[in-house]
Amino acid sequence: MRDPAFLKIDHLDKSFSRGSSTTEVLTDINLTIAKGEYISIIGHSGCGKSTLLNLIAGLTTATNGAVLLENREVNSPGPERAVVFQNHSLLPWLTVYDNVGIAVNKVFGGTKSKSERHEWIMHNLELVQMVHAKDKRPSEVSGGMKQRVGIARALAMEPKVLLLDEPFGALDALTRAHLQDSVMQIHSRLGNTVVMITHDVDEAVLLADRIVMMTNGPAATIGEILEVKLDRPRKRLELVADKNYLEARGGVLEFLYARHKAPVLHAAE
Amino acid sequence: MSATVRRLEVIDTQPKLTLVSKPAVLPQIQPDMIALPLVKSQAMQNWQRRGRDFLTAVLPPLLVLIALLVIWEIATSGAKATLPSPIRIWKEASDLILNPFFVNGPQDVGLGYRVMTSLQRVAIGFSIAAFVGVLTGALIGQSVWAMRGLDPIFQVLRTVPPLAWLPISLAAFRDANPSAIFVIFITSVWPIIINTAVGIRNIPQDYRNVAQVLRLNPLEYFWRIMIPAAAPYIFTGLRIGIGLSWLAIVAAEMLTGGVGIGFFIWDAWNSSRLPDIVVALAYIGIVGFLLDKFVAFIGSIATRGAQAS
Repeated sequence: MRDPAFLKIDHLDKSFSRGSSTTEVLTDINLTIAKGEYISIIGHSGCGKSTLLNLIAGLTTATNGAVLLENREVNSPGPERAVVFQNHSLLPWLTVYDNVGIAVNKVFGGTKSKSERHEWIMHNLELVQMVHAKDKRPSEVSGGMKQRVGIARALAMEPKVLLLDEPFGALDALTRAHLQDSVMQIHSRLGNTVVMITHDVDEAVLLADRIVMMTNGPAATIGEILEVKLDRPRKRLELVADKNYLEARGGVLEFLYARHKAPVLHAAE
Repeated sequence: MSATVRRLEVIDTQPKLTLVSKPAVLPQIQPDMIALPLVKSQAMQNWQRRGRDFLTAVLPPLLVLIALLVIWEIATSGAKATLPSPIRIWKEASDLILNPFFVNGPQDVGLGYRVMTSLQRVAIGFSIAAFVGVLTGALIGQSVWAMRGLDPIFQVLRTVPPLAWLPISLAAFRDANPSAIFVIFITSVWPIIINTAVGIRNIPQDYRNVAQVLRLNPLEYFWRIMIPAAAPYIFTGLRIGIGLSWLAIVAAEMLTGGVGIGFFIWDAWNSSRLPDIVVALAYIGIVGFLLDKFVAFIGSIATRGAQAS
């Protein structure tokens, strides 16, 4: 059943031109993602992780190569590749309910009746445990709650691929752990394909089936792909001393801090 | 919910408890402090507070107004005074002040009716300006080329004084009423255009990304993202615009004639009724103030929650 080449990134290059100078951001990215897989992309800041995610989302276009979703080329953004943005990007003039509602009404306006859409909005708010605040505005809820609503909005589009751009980066450690558990739960329940950008090693190992490690920019590429051999459901506490967990964690740390140190640190030496 | 309320009550009682436990410090005050909530009900305290708020808001301007009237009276009480004193104004123009809605003939109506006529012109001219201004501003804010092409022209045109447009509009419309409305429009449209354009250019990239992922069409984008995101800027423009149109209507009506408050001043000047002019000025000032507050009020409702968090 699992489509092994559900999402395919094929010889992708991306460079930005400003006037006469051109900056290579990404070169020769090749990645094949199976349906239902959870991929973490990790790398030092400035390595083009977010650019890669924007390319999959279709928010920017590739210089060379292509992103293929179910063998169809991605060239514009769309709800089948929903994004959870780093800073939640909720519309502040809409309530929590309406923020999810704007997505549901747009995506399912033609296929679901009004009451079905209402059910679906409530269902997705339930999924992230935000029903209690449905009539509040984003400014009235905490940062973690905003990010929950962002996730609900993305899930409500029933995306083929869920793209998470450092979704928990701006949150404190406790809230972050809580949301990571929520995302794991949702992933096991719905079986979405997820691509998540992160700079947190533990987060990458805990959540992902495979960890894509990026080399440093400019002209960054995939340095190594590490498979996380951990059974699901994963329990944060039990993993602390798990051999496979520590091994995966060690592998990522070694890649990031021994072989591909942050460029700033190089200069300081 | 009830748990929070209970907790609040506990916190509320704490200051009283501390006072009771320290009788040595405040022996005289202590009984009063405890008796106060018992004697005076919550409702009475509320009324007292409201009364105090009202006094602090109204009393200072009232005193200043009385002082100014006294100074004015003294300054214009001499035999050679060129301007009317407050008492003379009251004697000669009290009918205008007391009865704004009398009708003694087609050209002799109360100031209330005159203000209404002027307001009607402002309403038409300003509505057109708001509509055209927001749409044009949206276009300029969205398109770099429209911005480059139109912005310099607008920056020049917006400095043209309202009355300078009047001869041209009279020549074009050949009628006083549409000319006055056109002058309102052309005066108030610039700040609306410019503020809307700035507001739309400042829409965060995040909201644009959301719109792109949702594949909102241009019309949906305009209504669901652009207008609410730029609403605080748009209402700043509208507020400046309504102020300018009220400035322009008085000047335009002085020249075009008719029933408006502007023409009333001109007419009063020609028949040397200075007290009437002073009363009309007060009317204009108060109406302009109310217009500004009205647009600000609408804006505060419309932009509720629109600030980025």
